[in-house]
Amino acid sequence: MTGGDPKSLLKGGGAAGDRRAELMLGALGALVLVLIGAMVVTVAVKAWPSFRYNGLGWFGPGAEVDTELRAMRESAPLKGHGLLYFSAWPLIWGTIVTTLAAVVLALVVSTFAAIFLTEFAPPQMRRTLDPVIRLLAGVPSVIYGLIGILAIAPWVDQHLLSDARKKSVNYVVQLNGENLTTGTLILTVMILPIMVAITARALESVPPSWREGSVALGVNRWRTIRRVSLRTVWPAVAAGTVLATARALGEAVMLAMVAGSTPFAANPLDGITFLFEPVRPLAATIFQESEGLTIGPLSHTIYAMGAVLLLSAAMLSLAGWAVKQMLVRQGIRP
Amino acid sequence: MAGVAASPAPPTAVVRPPRERISSWPLADRAFYALCWISGLALCAIALWIVLYMLVKGIAYLKPSLLTKSPVSGSIEQTSNGGFLDPIEGTLLVTAVGTLIAAPLGVAIATWLTEYARPSWLARAVDSAIEMLAGVPSIVLALFGLIFFSQGFLGFLSQPAASGSLGQSFLDAGAVMSLIALPLVLAATREGLEALPPRMREASFALGKTRATTSRYVLLPAIKPSIAAGVVLGMGRIVGDTAIITILLGGSAQLTEPVGHTPVFGLLRGTGSTLTSYVYYNSPAGEGNAHEKAYAAAFVLLLMVLALNALVTRITSDRPGLAGRAFEILRFGTARA
Repeated sequence: MTGGDPKSLLKGGGAAGDRRAELMLGALGALVLVLIGAMVVTVAVKAWPSFRYNGLGWFGPGAEVDTELRAMRESAPLKGHGLLYFSAWPLIWGTIVTTLAAVVLALVVSTFAAIFLTEFAPPQMRRTLDPVIRLLAGVPSVIYGLIGILAIAPWVDQHLLSDARKKSVNYVVQLNGENLTTGTLILTVMILPIMVAITARALESVPPSWREGSVALGVNRWRTIRRVSLRTVWPAVAAGTVLATARALGEAVMLAMVAGSTPFAANPLDGITFLFEPVRPLAATIFQESEGLTIGPLSHTIYAMGAVLLLSAAMLSLAGWAVKQMLVRQGIRP
Repeated sequence: MAGVAASPAPPTAVVRPPRERISSWPLADRAFYALCWISGLALCAIALWIVLYMLVKGIAYLKPSLLTKSPVSGSIEQTSNGGFLDPIEGTLLVTAVGTLIAAPLGVAIATWLTEYARPSWLARAVDSAIEMLAGVPSIVLALFGLIFFSQGFLGFLSQPAASGSLGQSFLDAGAVMSLIALPLVLAATREGLEALPPRMREASFALGKTRATTSRYVLLPAIKPSIAAGVVLGMGRIVGDTAIITILLGGSAQLTEPVGHTPVFGLLRGTGSTLTSYVYYNSPAGEGNAHEKAYAAAFVLLLMVLALNALVTRITSDRPGLAGRAFEILRFGTARA
């Protein structure tokens, strides 16, 4: 305990000072609230011209995204369209595919890893896993991107991609090691720590008597975990998933580096080839086009992408809140 | 004799069932058990590989001269000459600015939310806003920051430009960075305050102290380790962010000449680069494309992150409760879910 200085007992103002402190601290809280409100409004206002011009077509497929962006950069509108003409479907599709695939993969792996961490790992392993998870969460995304582009992508290019496969789609898109699979796998590693940490914490908070009851009935440990523990903690798993989704959705730098950075709507009907097609999600596109923020129409378009991300983040935050209500009702406080 | 008969029987040894053997489980259960081990070991293997890979590359490419020389301009000379002294300084500057804003703000708001929280609708709104802030991608925060700091009246933070102000400087980037560190500082402080035993507040109130005095001289000093952990975690996040730097610090690798005449403030009004933007610039995805430099700078960056990580471990390990209770919460800020 600090504050052993006896003089500290004499410090401090009276009720007026307390009132003043309350007002000041409250004002700071309100300031942050206003700032976040201002953010939503500013981004929406700046994005509005792009949405107004394109209507719902903004979310649909259209001309090539890069052609449209180049037209804005060079102020040379495409035939039959204005400067603001934009259709973001390949980018939105890229965001959906990478996020969804990474979250599903991470959900499976993190559940097993969290069970391992809390139930099966020998104490020695448990002590190692803690810093490992912290390390994986702490590595900056640009380092993940660098390792991806210089080590993993060339390996995927050489060992997983056959020349025949490259030739088969050469007339549409060039395949190389920077593709959907590489991006998604690294994204999975990046969001794993959040999900493992939250799931493990929730598993630890399951009342031991519940599991003991199950084990005493002769149910083995694995089935106890599945039937009792996992069923109890699913809202926490959901909460972790929401957080991880937010992180995956906003990941810009790593995906700009290793996912191929071609605004191509990878087509699941292509079979295995689909896995090796390049994508470029919304956040990565904003990152790569950021030099164009001084150009009017292009900046409206970029802010429109930002607005979509912001809206998704708000929806996720809402989903997180709903899950939290469920947790509170169950009486678990992770 | 009757007394002896009535005395309770001596406790018999507890008969334990034989320890459950995994090999007696059904095949499917054993398969899941194996998957648990594989997942756990895979995590360790990935982390180990990342560290070893960066260590090997870092030792191979990191030369002392890289740390002491400024980058040169022009992408062709850039690959063979110059180092990354300026990006290191840039990282330190942005981190300092961001931390200096986020730390007091986070502690103040956390204190208000736990100790006052009146009116309650405002407290709830601030709470949800912060929670949302933690989920907003940093690139969107950067987009907002660029508009905000491009306003003419904030020109004193960067440089004047044709319309309003440039909106790019260490101060601007640091200010937006403080937004990504804020949820971490706030969550850590709150977690600490909420875990304090009620008797501490009661004792102080009983002495006739106000809430302000109690918070300032009793509560906050008692949770210094929590606050420190939150601040260091926030620093880690600032050090590693690339998106905000790219948009709010501009493209030049070198520190610009100080703007205006105030010594330190002039430097902060200028632009430059940080280790993250330098790594991106020198990666195959950027324009510089010199992967030896990218590896060397990334190694230095990773060392910084590892040092901050170790610092958090140290801070929290002195207080067993802190480490066990809230690490994940601290780590991810938003995990109050």
